[in-house]
Amino acid sequence: MILYFLTLVLFVMGVYCLIAKKNIVKKIIGLVIIDYAINLFIILIGYRRDGVAPILFADMSPAEFARRGVDPLPQALVLTSIVIGLGVLALQVAICLRLYEKYKTFNMSEINRLKG
Amino acid sequence: MQGLYPLFTAIPLAAAFFNLLVTKVNKKAADYIAFVVAAALAVMAVRMLFEAPFSYRVGGWPAPYGILLVSDGLSSLMLAVINVVSLLSIVYSFSYMNGYTAKPKYYSLFLLMIAGMNGVVMTGDFFNLFVFLEIASIASYALVGFGTEHEELEASFKYLILGTVASTAILFGIAFLYSMTGTLNMPDLARQLDPVSGTVPFNRALAFVIALFIMGFGLKASTVPFHAWLPDAHPSAPAPISAMLSGVLIKALGIYAIARVMFSVIGPNAMVSSILMFLGALSMVVGVFLAVGQSDFKRMLAYHSISQMGYVTIGLGLGLNPNVPPAIAALGLFGGLYHLVNHATFKSLLFLCSGSFEYRTGTRNRYEMGGLMRKMPVTGTACSIASLSISGVPPFNGFWSKLVIITAFIQAGYYIYGAIAVLVAFMTLLSFIKLQRFVLFGALPKRFAAVKEAPFSMTMPLVVLAILCVALGVLYPFVDKGLIEAARQTLLDKMSYMGFIIGG
Repeated sequence: MILYFLTLVLFVMGVYCLIAKKNIVKKIIGLVIIDYAINLFIILIGYRRDGVAPILFADMSPAEFARRGVDPLPQALVLTSIVIGLGVLALQVAICLRLYEKYKTFNMSEINRLKG
Repeated sequence: MQGLYPLFTAIPLAAAFFNLLVTKVNKKAADYIAFVVAAALAVMAVRMLFEAPFSYRVGGWPAPYGILLVSDGLSSLMLAVINVVSLLSIVYSFSYMNGYTAKPKYYSLFLLMIAGMNGVVMTGDFFNLFVFLEIASIASYALVGFGTEHEELEASFKYLILGTVASTAILFGIAFLYSMTGTLNMPDLARQLDPVSGTVPFNRALAFVIALFIMGFGLKASTVPFHAWLPDAHPSAPAPISAMLSGVLIKALGIYAIARVMFSVIGPNAMVSSILMFLGALSMVVGVFLAVGQSDFKRMLAYHSISQMGYVTIGLGLGLNPNVPPAIAALGLFGGLYHLVNHATFKSLLFLCSGSFEYRTGTRNRYEMGGLMRKMPVTGTACSIASLSISGVPPFNGFWSKLVIITAFIQAGYYIYGAIAVLVAFMTLLSFIKLQRFVLFGALPKRFAAVKEAPFSMTMPLVVLAILCVALGVLYPFVDKGLIEAARQTLLDKMSYMGFIIGG
């Protein structure tokens, strides 16, 4: 239970960073932290104390495997999710750099040409 | 046709990368590749409208373990809308995008976006839905910032931040749902969450998941409390992309996903119904009032998108309501889906028209234009047809769908929502009369004396969309029988959706 709680703390820290910081680089870091919190949460769903890797060896009975093996599906999901997160992060940083070229600032409250 | 179903994502995905390789050698090829791919997809999608429902197992794995692709009335309707509008937008891009550099990259991103949207409407697996949703979203973030000027980059960054938050909420909801049920297959989830025969009761965790999904998909669909990015992002994109974003992207990623999750997976529910109806009414009112004061042509259209999507949401909300008679709920749902199709035609037409005006006059401020009907007769006529459609003037298509929605609400006894729908229709009419007065009629400013009609590849899609606007309105009884009836039945028939798990 304590692990889930720590994940929640990480998530809330990310949300705070996203909302309260004005620097767009810090906002991006906040988004990354949120992403990691969700990934950790998905890993925790499949976690099992004293579990074994989900590979069925010849000397292990299927019943024993079902009792002890960790759930492999969340791990597959997290790998996909990390790759997607990397793609989004690359785009965020690219746009962030282009914004700096145009506005000469990272401060979100000075990047305000769109109104209404 | 069944074996070819995965091609709807495979072809555009492959073409997007192939396109970049070929255009290293020959820059002209990009136009042709994009056109051939989009035309093939549009023909296949229209063909799919006449197929019986089926499901396709990716890689031959049996249903609850492997990934399932589902084709039913709603999926084929959405596929047809997406691929027809994207074909017309690609034709429009031939001349319009000459003003931008890096045209091959533009087409690659466009094709990626099509692949993502097709994947979202085809899939029967929750995580697969998330992956395709991210493909379409990432392509759209990049396309919004394609001009790389101050405003475009700012809008793109805003959209990116909010879009990422939405995706995170959706992923969180999916993880929660998996921890409750141990499956990601949507028909299997529908079976487990069924209130009568299912194994998982409706508890607080499920309510939390629903809240996450309404937030995530609502942000993608830009219903009102989550709408802040849309009026910046949609006008900043190049015109064909604005047409795609407003015309189909917010529907495929937002409304379609909400409809699929709430109707087919979770099932009718009074709480969700009242939330969706409230959000829909709020979107309608806020969108239309903010639209009236805008001077930028495309920004005004973007606010109207929020308002018109409110009609769709409110229709879906009534369809989910278990406390009204089933026939009236079905009528509300029918109206919502019909308005979704109509909105795809007239809103993409309006954005393309605004692009043509900007292409020839160089301004998007509607108070600086005037008298363009005489100079650009084809674009002007298409623009007036679209304006009449969106403001609900008979016999154009917008009138019928709004009439159906309002009738359903009056019959269901929700007089306040009915009155709001009428009021918003009236405000929309006022707003578009004002638009016509300033852009199409009135005195022609001296500096626009040399303005010519847009080139053929830009007027042809406008004519096709204008014909669709009229045809969908005049042929109302036939449209009812054919397209939307099938989509409505699949949404209301949860049992047959659960049956897809055995199919193959």
